[in-house]
Amino acid sequence: MKLLYFAKIREVINKSEEILELPQNINTTGDLIKFLTELDDIYKNAFSDKNFFIACDEEVVEMDFLIKDTKEIAIFPPVTGG
Amino acid sequence: MIEIKIQSKAFDISNEMKKISKLNADGATVTFMGSVRDLEYENLETLEIEYFPKMAKKVLNKTAKDAYKNWNLSRCIIIHRYGKLKIGDPIVLIITSSPHRKEAFKANEYIIDFLKTNAPFWKKENTEKKSYWVTQKN
Repeated sequence: MKLLYFAKIREVINKSEEILELPQNINTTGDLIKFLTELDDIYKNAFSDKNFFIACDEEVVEMDFLIKDTKEIAIFPPVTGG
Repeated sequence: MIEIKIQSKAFDISNEMKKISKLNADGATVTFMGSVRDLEYENLETLEIEYFPKMAKKVLNKTAKDAYKNWNLSRCIIIHRYGKLKIGDPIVLIITSSPHRKEAFKANEYIIDFLKTNAPFWKKENTEKKSYWVTQKN
């Protein structure tokens, strides 16, 4: 799965993108976040304040979204454009 | 006509307005421009804007289309910049035109409000001492 990170989350993880092989039991966006936070403390730190959004193929989704057909998942803090 | 641009270079309001006046037989055009302002307690050196290109383009397009659906618009231009900006530099330009001013005003406000909470852009303020990611304000 291709993962993208932006802004503060990108800085904490120290990567703008990566490709990760996900285990079979990762079905939802919530499963993915749990998997990442257990994988390494760097993700745990990045997501610790729970103040982030997840976009699957450029659509913001909830934590129960099924990622089976998703190609790219972006994780980012609340937006501050305009 | 919908025109969406995401660019690092500065935009020129008068050029954009010329396009509108050439094309537009409508009665009302509303222009909103957002610029980089100084901080209250510190000196801002630069404002960096990061964005998610594919999604930003989609969200801006959708916002303009929704504004078209809800108000009687004839033109809508949205330009948003990214990269390193300085105080006074323009960040965002929204031009809406319609036969009547109320719809042009309402659509313009809708677009900037929606963009601020949904378009994937992030601002980082760099001062002499530190760098801060801007957080969402209500």
